[in-house]
Amino acid sequence: MIYNMEFETLPREALEAIQLRRLRANVERVYATVPFYRRKFDEAGLKPGDVKSLKDLSRLPFTTKQDLRDNYPFGMFAVPMDNVVRIHASSGTTGQPTVVGYTARDVATWAELMARSLSAGGASRGDIIHNAYGYGLFTGGLGVHYGAEKLGASVIPISGGNTRRQVLIMRDFGPTVLTCTPSYALHLAEAAQEMGVDFSALKFRSGIFGAEPWSESMRLEIEKKLHLSAVDIYGLSEVIGPGVAIECFEAKKGLHIFEDHFLPEIIRPDTGEPAGPGETGELVFTSLTKEAFPIIRYRTRDITSLNYGPCVCGRTLARMTRVSGRTDDMLIIRGVNVFPSQIESVLMEIAEVEPHYQLVVEREGTLDNLTVMVEVGEKTFSDEVKDLMSLEKRIGKNIKETLGVSVRVKLVEPKTIARSEGKAQRVIDKRKI
Amino acid sequence: MHAEQISVFLENKAGRLAEVTKVLSDAGVNIRALSLADTSDFGILRIIVDDNKKAESTLKDAGFTVRKTRVVAVEVADRPGGLHEILAFLQDARINVEYMYAFVRQKKDNAVMIFRFDNTDQAVRALTEKGFSVIKGETLYTM
Repeated sequence: MIYNMEFETLPREALEAIQLRRLRANVERVYATVPFYRRKFDEAGLKPGDVKSLKDLSRLPFTTKQDLRDNYPFGMFAVPMDNVVRIHASSGTTGQPTVVGYTARDVATWAELMARSLSAGGASRGDIIHNAYGYGLFTGGLGVHYGAEKLGASVIPISGGNTRRQVLIMRDFGPTVLTCTPSYALHLAEAAQEMGVDFSALKFRSGIFGAEPWSESMRLEIEKKLHLSAVDIYGLSEVIGPGVAIECFEAKKGLHIFEDHFLPEIIRPDTGEPAGPGETGELVFTSLTKEAFPIIRYRTRDITSLNYGPCVCGRTLARMTRVSGRTDDMLIIRGVNVFPSQIESVLMEIAEVEPHYQLVVEREGTLDNLTVMVEVGEKTFSDEVKDLMSLEKRIGKNIKETLGVSVRVKLVEPKTIARSEGKAQRVIDKRKI
Repeated sequence: MHAEQISVFLENKAGRLAEVTKVLSDAGVNIRALSLADTSDFGILRIIVDDNKKAESTLKDAGFTVRKTRVVAVEVADRPGGLHEILAFLQDARINVEYMYAFVRQKKDNAVMIFRFDNTDQAVRALTEKGFSVIKGETLYTM
């Protein structure tokens, strides 16, 4: 169902008029209130008034993760702290955390966008939402929570962790919608099976999964194991959190971006030039309505493409294809660009392979070697060496054919690869360059 | 007439085999025979035990990948040429042996070999018709 019929189905012309009006106001405001943006604009010789059309967006300077770190913690805020009602931060696993703030209106906008997202994923008033995204500084938990309340659904704020207890609550409370990371969804399925709880007997209809890249075949695996319809949700705290883009359950073919609040662009990551229509490249966002933490041309490092074609669900909002990787997750193995998600797709196409894998990159001498570790589950295990060796060979051959890179395949015991309660660690890069 | 064998997937790393034997020992399961097939990365441990059910469930609970396989236990005359008689017969009958290993205990004066065939039922029929003594699972586990 479409939650906000007016804004989600605007004709392109009307949408662009709104976008331009909001963009100009936003640029005026960041220039006046955030020293970082004023300096960047001045360095580029730009005045806010130079933005006369949406095309002028590409003249504005980029903002990077490093810029946010340099302004840690509150340097990018555009309002006095008196007006900030909420603070979130990234985990900081790859460096200093980035901190974002919200005014009361930002929190309301976010709730509206999450209500739209949950609705697009098949949820409505009357649903019970089992929200296993982590609550805390991470935006996942509270983002879904506020959206669920705005939608009028009942929300179970279970957060991440304590998986056995989650399964018991699923059995006893009868939630109808599951929200968590896709890897945690599979982890829940495993735990339920071990506990003798049958997902087909639970009441789940829909699942809204995100916060980490996943593949089409992983969707099928989740839908089969959890007996629900799974959609992909996209967001990042630097832009607002979850609820930047959502797949509609009708098409499940790309994620509708809420363009009335965020202006998307695709650029070529190496040059920063705008990519051609439909071309795959790095996704860049400019916020249009954010008050506390507006952002101009933020480089997400996510690789995707945009589709402005019509969608069966009736939304006129552009769709981004499923994120196929990150510019910083991309591994270069002997000159070939490899995204973990590509390897995942190959593995999932082999029916008997478990969806648990890890990539280990090592440099031996001057040569990079990629080892793909795959768990041997009951479906995979044959008690004959030749069967397992041929499985290893088949995986290696399929990867070579699809990605053009030779890898070493290593079968490992189940549960060797750490199951994350949050994001799965898919890549271990041991290269010292 | 076949017997059941428990197969366990093991990564080639120090101490894994000892973990299997610890799990079985704690559960009071007695190993009657075993063989280990290995490559540089992984191994497959095959065991005949006195209590298949218990062995399977305790190993699974301990996180191992386990499966049951049908094998055939055959008495072999304990003298030069004893094993060859069976293998020659199997070759003539075009019955393919996937792998085989020796059972620890003897049955009277005969040795016992465990065979894995690609077609278990056909092999049992052929061996029995030819007069070889195929040992029942229940007898084997407690022999």
